[in-house]
Amino acid sequence: MTHFRTDLRQRAVELVSLYPRARSAMLPLLHLAQEQDGYVTDDAMAEIAELTGTTPAEVRGTAAFYDMFHLEPVGKYVVGVCTNIACLLAGGEDLLAHASATLGCSVGGTSADGLFTLEETECLADCNIAPVVQVNHRYVRTTTPELFDALVDDLRHGRLDHDVPPHGTLIRIRRSGGLRVDPEELAGERAEARAAREARAATEAK
Amino acid sequence: MAFLDSPKIVSSRAKFADSHTLARYLETGGYEGLRKALTMFPEQVAAEVDAASLLGRGGAGFPAGRKWSMLRKSPVSYLVVNGDESEPATFKDHYLVERDPHQLVEGVIIAAYALQVTQAFIYLRGEFALGLERVQQAINEAYEHGALGRKIFGSSFSLDLVVHPGAGAYICGEETALIEALEGKRGFPRIKPPFFPAVTGLYGEPTVVNNVETMSNMPWIVLNGGAAFAALGGGRSAGTRLFALSGRVRNPGVFEIEMVKNTFRDLIYDPQLGGGVIDDRAIKAIIPGGVSAPWFGPELLDLPLGQDEVAEKGSMLGSGSIVVMDETTCVVRATWRIIKFFSRESCGQCTPCREGSGWLERIMYRLEHGGGRIEDVDLLLDLCDNIAPGLTWPPQQTTICVLGPSMPSSINAAISMFRDDFYAHVQHGGCPHD
Repeated sequence: MTHFRTDLRQRAVELVSLYPRARSAMLPLLHLAQEQDGYVTDDAMAEIAELTGTTPAEVRGTAAFYDMFHLEPVGKYVVGVCTNIACLLAGGEDLLAHASATLGCSVGGTSADGLFTLEETECLADCNIAPVVQVNHRYVRTTTPELFDALVDDLRHGRLDHDVPPHGTLIRIRRSGGLRVDPEELAGERAEARAAREARAATEAK
Repeated sequence: MAFLDSPKIVSSRAKFADSHTLARYLETGGYEGLRKALTMFPEQVAAEVDAASLLGRGGAGFPAGRKWSMLRKSPVSYLVVNGDESEPATFKDHYLVERDPHQLVEGVIIAAYALQVTQAFIYLRGEFALGLERVQQAINEAYEHGALGRKIFGSSFSLDLVVHPGAGAYICGEETALIEALEGKRGFPRIKPPFFPAVTGLYGEPTVVNNVETMSNMPWIVLNGGAAFAALGGGRSAGTRLFALSGRVRNPGVFEIEMVKNTFRDLIYDPQLGGGVIDDRAIKAIIPGGVSAPWFGPELLDLPLGQDEVAEKGSMLGSGSIVVMDETTCVVRATWRIIKFFSRESCGQCTPCREGSGWLERIMYRLEHGGGRIEDVDLLLDLCDNIAPGLTWPPQQTTICVLGPSMPSSINAAISMFRDDFYAHVQHGGCPHD
């Protein structure tokens, strides 16, 4: 029995195979674990350690460095409101305070029904539609309190399930082809191609 | 008057709703640059990029051609594309990965061919969930189209391209930290020397790291020639560039305009570009190239948008992001928010950055929220001097990477330009704007 569901376990193995070294799949695998469980569980970290040839402590140490990985449970929807410079100039702090009141949780906290976690984020690189709001890392472009409240209503009633999938950034599109080939085979091809080019250059030089 | 007649090199497809699809891409000349490149010697492709005089669009502005030629002596193992775009108020790569992912993918394949690399990675910040999907979709389609994988378009060139998601860390935009993240580790910048991943990069092997916008220029450069690109712009700043305009302007957005031919004033006020300041207020200050850059006052609005032109005035064009602050903006609050960002994002390896950012943030907090002291203003500068001695531009290094020494820019600029605003906060016992 693996901790990853059968389909995600297969995907995890595929992800590892994309890289010359297994440990490179660390961040994608952590995303995958979060997509399955909502946060990165101890069991997931143990399995990721096995998949990447590291220890659970190394997995935890890496995951803890990155803001997007949650090592404890969060709401179904993680709502991020940006207050960095461009959003500050567009009233991001007021929108964050409004979000806190609407969702009934403090910044960094989770609503009583477990549906929402609110975060104050750093720049999300969408500064022309400020203040920027993301839900599960999808841009929702609700720049006013009214739009924000409508968004929360839509989320509560499941009307945005297609636009805002559950946690994670990898869930909707899979790599469909071109899995890694043997690097030695490619190196051989590269050497052949270089020899052919040099021959062609020599011919052209004559 | 703004000069807007130059060709759209990287943003030509953005007007189409389906600009991200393969069908639209092929209809508008997609993968023609790659087909042409494959008929040339790799060295010829690299020579075109060299002739284009394309300065890297990530922030440091290092000539892309020279970055490649440093490696020509020894074979390159990996090409890594930096799409970690996290510099506050920078959003041009976001625009490119969502609106024209195939253009990026084609650019990467062309660059990989020039460098004779068979493995490339596109690193995108994890918050670009849609961008990650669009680029993965484009890669999937490129494989099916024969533009990726074994024997591309029937040539002898093969390439495997993998999109790699980041996970929320500004520091991973620093190329050695990005490589650490790609190796599955914490995003800690590596100790220099070696200064360039070209020497020791991914898995210790020679690696080229280029920005998303830099790569997106490749198809056009190959199709039209490096000389045509170099003919645009002026001085060392060749070509067009994406400028990301935000803050207190009517029409914030990403605009592709020719470098040097236009000024900050053109970008901010032209009706086809920024459209002027909200409510026609006066400009108090602008940030010319991301929050690591020293600020400019309104007296420098007529400065051309060129890398050297901005550097000569003591700042940088950096990531091409310009933030407009108007007369109603509290510069103390703006500075506090910028420092809070650096304090959150310091990776923690070096003492001046880890500790310094926290001290600066706490002092800025008490000035803005009440409890500030008159002597805090000079204390801030003294602290900044410990992080970047002499408060020069470009800053002196005391740390492994440039994050720490970038912090003093905004504080030093704000105090130099608006010292009285800081004193007003002390006298008022907090922010007079609240």
